[in-house]
Amino acid sequence: MSERWAYISNYSIYSAMAVFTLSFFAHAYETAWAVRAPQSADSTDGNLITKTLDYTRTEKASRIATAMMILGFILLFAGVISRGVSAQRVPWGNMYEFSITGALAFTGAYLAALRKYDLRWLGLLVSIAVLLTLGTAIAVLYRPSAPLVPALKSTWLVIHVSTAIISGGVFLLANVIAGAYLYLDSMERKGPRTVWAQRLPSLEVLDQLSYRLVAFVFPLWTFSVIAGAIWAESAWGRYWGWDPKETWAFITWVAYAAYLHARVTIGWRGRRAAWLCLFAGSTFLFNYIYVNMYGAGKHTYSGL
Amino acid sequence: MSQVIELPELGATGLLRYSWRQLTSMRTALILLLMLGVAAIPGSVIPQRDQNLMKVSDYFTNSPTLALWMDRFSLFDVYGSPWFSAIYILLFISLIGCVLPRSVEHFHAARALPPKTPKNLDRMEFYTTWESQGGEIEKAQTLLRSSRFRILQESNSISAEKGFTRETGNLFFHLSLVLILIGVGLGSLFGMRGYAIVNVGERFINVPTTYDSLTFGKLLSEKDLPPFVITVDNFVAKYNTFTNAPEDYTLDVSVVESPGAQPVKRTVKVNSPLRFGNTNVYLQANGYSPIVTVRDSDGNVALQGPVPFLPQDGNLKSIGAIKVPDADPQIGFVATFLPTQGRDSVRGGISVFPEALDPKMLFSIWRGDLGLNTGIPQSVYRIDTSKMERIGLESLKPGESFSYDGGSITFEAYVPWVNLQVVGDPGKNYALLGGIVAILGLLASLFTRRRRIWIRISESGKVEVAGLAKNSAPGLETEIARLVSSLKGEK
Repeated sequence: MSERWAYISNYSIYSAMAVFTLSFFAHAYETAWAVRAPQSADSTDGNLITKTLDYTRTEKASRIATAMMILGFILLFAGVISRGVSAQRVPWGNMYEFSITGALAFTGAYLAALRKYDLRWLGLLVSIAVLLTLGTAIAVLYRPSAPLVPALKSTWLVIHVSTAIISGGVFLLANVIAGAYLYLDSMERKGPRTVWAQRLPSLEVLDQLSYRLVAFVFPLWTFSVIAGAIWAESAWGRYWGWDPKETWAFITWVAYAAYLHARVTIGWRGRRAAWLCLFAGSTFLFNYIYVNMYGAGKHTYSGL
Repeated sequence: MSQVIELPELGATGLLRYSWRQLTSMRTALILLLMLGVAAIPGSVIPQRDQNLMKVSDYFTNSPTLALWMDRFSLFDVYGSPWFSAIYILLFISLIGCVLPRSVEHFHAARALPPKTPKNLDRMEFYTTWESQGGEIEKAQTLLRSSRFRILQESNSISAEKGFTRETGNLFFHLSLVLILIGVGLGSLFGMRGYAIVNVGERFINVPTTYDSLTFGKLLSEKDLPPFVITVDNFVAKYNTFTNAPEDYTLDVSVVESPGAQPVKRTVKVNSPLRFGNTNVYLQANGYSPIVTVRDSDGNVALQGPVPFLPQDGNLKSIGAIKVPDADPQIGFVATFLPTQGRDSVRGGISVFPEALDPKMLFSIWRGDLGLNTGIPQSVYRIDTSKMERIGLESLKPGESFSYDGGSITFEAYVPWVNLQVVGDPGKNYALLGGIVAILGLLASLFTRRRRIWIRISESGKVEVAGLAKNSAPGLETEIARLVSSLKGEK
């Protein structure tokens, strides 16, 4: 019974990877083929435009790319759920499970933001990031489905870990956007944007968007840290003990607090804000990768 | 061209005031905040005394000079170090110095009416104007009141303001951080933490002598320990038969909360400690205590009872020392307990499962001086065999005995032990309250917007509407558009 669910989970995640790969190719096609080489008809009006963007040619690819992204999300969702069913618990017991759930949260954050903003340009990066995460999860982090150790058997696992994963997904999305800001900013400093980059939103929109994502998710991250402290109080006998994971969660919190103050109170915008955002996000990544794999401390369970 | 800038004479008060302004400036606060983050890093990389004392002593053994210098900079106690404390104390002073004046200001602002309608509304954002149909002011007043704007009524205009919750939430958030700091401080001054290994069937009495280790906060004394007694009735550990990982620990105890009270049956689990007011008792670890009887050559009992052994791995292979100081000469057993015995060609006797399915005790017998009278504290799990000679090597199953030159040992049975962690922390509820207020304040300050809206009917009979959003918060444009359309009577 539980073994069959574990297989279903694995197959769902393999299928999700295949679908994300298709989405990746569709996004790549869209990005590349929308750029149209000059045709004789264009040069007659005397303009010096050498290349243009023509989305009518790639509209279909763009739709396919987003559809594949949604399908991948659904398959990944099925994979995460069936993983939980096979172990008869929430699927957040080890790093493999954090990674597949994190990829799910990241895709979910992208698709949710897509409803409000035209972020299809970001799809290429999102699909690469998700593929890399899932690939690493399966190749390096995979562990057979197993029950939880006693310390993890708590309602707080659901609350603390789910909020941490959602926060992480949104922080990373904000980071990708801040990265895109810096890239486009340095491009604009040299001259006008190259053709493929013209479809990307203006710098102001990117700047605002990464700030809004952080402002939106910062209270959730605060909640996640406090929920972790409440859980630690009942499991380990202290609510805060400067365990490496706790320390880095604190550092991430402090870094984003500084980012929000810099923006709201001092009025930082643009490059400086984007760099601070990237720095804060990288402390989260460091916590996830380095502390889980090499750090000692109380947050290490079942190997990884 | 160079210019000589005349600096005004500051004087002592001036200098103080200047330093205070610098400290409470946002820039300094931001730098201190980032410094706090950076200062927390070393403690996550270098082992800390209160977390992993063994690794710290490894540093001192492997590179003493380096360790000594690191210790001088408190690198093994980062979070209690003078430099870490200096950063957060300065940060909190800066925070208080910034937040208190703002609180007073906000308190007055929140009780005052909105400022008068400015003369030139057309310079404001989202300015709209149209011919008056009459009654717009009254209509606007009802509408804005129902969306809880505070309103100043003037002869031909109203000035409305909303969104004070933003600043209120912001101030509560910052003040709640102070509350968390107070909670942490109370916990470290008036808290206590102790560990005690208790065999199943034995009692734990909450007095200092029953603890294996015990530390008090600076302002707490031994007399303040709550007088409870815990009897460990039963302990069951369940393990996964495929991964050998623990699945469940259940500890049954009888608790007498104060002298003379009736014993109450309670169950302790990893995530649900026993709670006595601010003092909690946690199930921290578990292991096995072989029960042994050691007799001298005449058959007199020299030692009898359970001896706690220290687990070495996930399958609870445990090491221990059975010391018989009353024998003459003294006898000691350096022993290993295997809950489910197995053999490994390299490591010898191993345990293959953490539950005691096929237990065995391996030991070597030593005779001589146990070194207990030297005054140097000794581990209860190890024997200093430097002044002893080995006289035998044996392994026993429960119920078996072994005779050696000078006596005999019987491995009667075994019993599980649990390590109870007793923690008193009178500050944690303040910290929790601080945490809850922090989140509520954060939500209020990040998701409300402060804005003003003005409506005026000018002498020429025109309706003028304009707004102003603080921090250029979004959404005011649609809000005004909605107001304008309902004032015009549009649907």
